[in-house]
Amino acid sequence: MAKTIEGLYYSESHEYVKVEGEYGYVGITDYAQEQLGNVVYVDMPEVDDEVTAGEEFGAVESVKAASDLISPVSGVVVEINADLEDQPELINQDAFGTWIMKVKLSDPSEVDNLLSAADYENCCK
Amino acid sequence: MTDKRTCLYDKHLELNAKMVPFGGFEMPIQYTDIVDEHNAVRKACGVFDVSHMGEVLVSGPEAEKYVQYIFTNDIAGAPVGKIYYGMMLHENGGTVDDLLVYKMADDKFFLVINAANIDKDYAWIEAQAKAFDVVTENQSDTYGQIALQGPESEKVMAECLDLACEDLAFYTFKTVDTEGETLIVSRTGYTGEDGFEVYGSHAYIQGAWDKLIAHGVKPCGLGCRDTLRFEVGLPLYGDELTDDITPLEAGLGMFVKLDKENFIGKEALAKQKAVGLTRKIVGIELAGRAIPRHGYDVVVDDKVVGTVTTGYNSISTGKSVCMAMVDIEYAKLDTPVQVRIHRKLQEGTVCKKRFYEKNYKK
Repeated sequence: MAKTIEGLYYSESHEYVKVEGEYGYVGITDYAQEQLGNVVYVDMPEVDDEVTAGEEFGAVESVKAASDLISPVSGVVVEINADLEDQPELINQDAFGTWIMKVKLSDPSEVDNLLSAADYENCCK
Repeated sequence: MTDKRTCLYDKHLELNAKMVPFGGFEMPIQYTDIVDEHNAVRKACGVFDVSHMGEVLVSGPEAEKYVQYIFTNDIAGAPVGKIYYGMMLHENGGTVDDLLVYKMADDKFFLVINAANIDKDYAWIEAQAKAFDVVTENQSDTYGQIALQGPESEKVMAECLDLACEDLAFYTFKTVDTEGETLIVSRTGYTGEDGFEVYGSHAYIQGAWDKLIAHGVKPCGLGCRDTLRFEVGLPLYGDELTDDITPLEAGLGMFVKLDKENFIGKEALAKQKAVGLTRKIVGIELAGRAIPRHGYDVVVDDKVVGTVTTGYNSISTGKSVCMAMVDIEYAKLDTPVQVRIHRKLQEGTVCKKRFYEKNYKK
């Protein structure tokens, strides 16, 4: 059974954002990695790219398929998780511990439009 | 139209397979994990439900003459028990389907065709048969079929199914009388590994499946069937072969015998060979891990010069590789090309389209 973590914000397209101050760490949920199976490649944005809530910022790929990544927040990418370049399987091992991009949030109130852990769990049922 | 189910459908559900539509059938794409299933076939063995494949029996005094007329390979004088791979072509050289031809008797041939093409093929086969003294019979719903693939297949065939096959050479078959019916057992497959395919009644195939699963053989889905065939450069109809692609463009010229008597499409292919190809399917190896997939553009100097037909991050080698149809001037080995993956151009190099060595027992 896929897990969730309290205190994170979730999107219906199965991304999460963990907010620390003016930054958000964005990744995919445990449910998403379970559905995908073995992640073999993560197409990540580049540092200084602008991302917009609700818009594509990359893709996660399993053996069979590519799934678009939809940003849950808006802002500027300040860091990407370089470990994923060689070890995309980290997402399967620990989805919530393996963020994909760190974003400087342009509008921190956007997270109010996202789901809580409990609401997200209902959405996965 | 709802998808058909094979005789093993209930078995797939019992094993919690993930089911998907394929070629007009509801088929298992994976049971547990594509990577584990793929590796089982490379290292030990696995069993596939391939009951969706179509079977057509051609018989009659002109059976050989007829098959020669619709098939690109040359079956003249073949011994009973021999199997040939080749294609059926349109007059313009485009491919109706790729298939296996089993020689059952001097006046009897068994054609194995792709699931997605059964209706199209059979209509075409019947239409061509009118000019010959032959009878064609679509037996696709009669037969169930399993493929046991991998280096341990021969041992498992003997131990688990009581089908001794050490005397069976690659691309030959035998018939076996058992449980009141006649099975067809061939040393063939679609994985690049040693292995066998067994055609029998639905009841026999269900029983054989149960025995293999109880024996501990890994059930394998269509997901790894595709990654396995791809790594050894085998074409899939719909990707590397279509109504618009000729076998020469697909690099399958060795299965087209232009020196034999007339066959449908021969003139077009002879002309294509004489004039020279304008495009060809090649392998491309990418420098990075980004995954090229069917339909993605191949680019040189900002110009689209081709299209990916199949691509993966190869499970056996870890490299991101693809087959692609490219303009002939970019088809030479070691040509630098790019593939557009998502928004970016990824660097790659034209290479052989066999990404992993076959391990057939010949």
